[in-house]
Amino acid sequence: MKINGVQKECPANFTVAAMLNREGFAREGVAVELNMEIVAKDAYDTTVLKEEDVVEVVSFMGGG
Amino acid sequence: MKQDIFMLGGQEFQSRFILGSGKYNVELIKAAVEQAGAQMITLAVRRANSDGEGNILDYIPQGVTLLPNTSGARNAQEAVRIARLSRELGCGNFVKIEIMRDSKYLLPDNAETVKATEILTKEGFVVLPYMYPDLNTARDLVDAGAAAVMPLAAPIGSNKGLATKEFIQILIDEIDLPIIVDAGIGRPSQACEVMEMGAAAVMANTAIATAGDIPQMASAFKKAIEAGRQAYLSGLGRVREKGAEASSPLTGFLRD
Repeated sequence: MKINGVQKECPANFTVAAMLNREGFAREGVAVELNMEIVAKDAYDTTVLKEEDVVEVVSFMGGG
Repeated sequence: MKQDIFMLGGQEFQSRFILGSGKYNVELIKAAVEQAGAQMITLAVRRANSDGEGNILDYIPQGVTLLPNTSGARNAQEAVRIARLSRELGCGNFVKIEIMRDSKYLLPDNAETVKATEILTKEGFVVLPYMYPDLNTARDLVDAGAAAVMPLAAPIGSNKGLATKEFIQILIDEIDLPIIVDAGIGRPSQACEVMEMGAAAVMANTAIATAGDIPQMASAFKKAIEAGRQAYLSGLGRVREKGAEASSPLTGFLRD
């Protein structure tokens, strides 16, 4: 699977919540997109990722 | 003077200074916001870092409205994607559309901006489109449901001032939406001037971020914007194209 453009391992039953935890992202400050579709926060624990998935994890940064 | 409220997206603001948060240390954001008296601050949406860097939202004082931008978008579709992600980050419906195809001058793509405005307005966003000051595009943005129009004064980050002054004035005169001048304003005097012209608000980032003392420059901009606004509301004194006109009486001189 790809997370923010980087190839990563995808273990079995790997939920979005588990992915955020493994990758060190704070659940509160991010939004998650799975194959171009936004994953709602309340679906993080139930959405299971697959080997071919493309995941983006975004947050706010300083900007003009 | 009666209270001068700035209405934007159904929300009331007392401040007419929108502050950017780019290019400076997050530790300075609180002081900059306070000194600016800003009630709205822009943010960018990017791939998250997992290096434990603090959440920028922790540095922004309570009660400040967040204005995420769609910087990085090269077309309407990408802008819509970023806007949706920004809303998912849970900080309201405001979005500043920023679409650039040109990487040298960073000029906004007006046609794509209109398209993105149409889509996002339908999705319930309060859309503030950053644009090149063109009257036809501004009219299209009105039709597309924009909450304001944000023309550039000069190329982004240039601090060059009011390069597009005449065209911004046309938008102020002809467009029945708040005109928020964004990009290129480098000095408080330029912010003041555009407020005197009748702009509804000013957005600045680089002018503050590259100043010697960031909070102090934020304060200088606040005063300039307030002064310009007050001058506009007062109605500027007239210009006499030729000759002069004494301010003191032309009688009672101490001579025969």
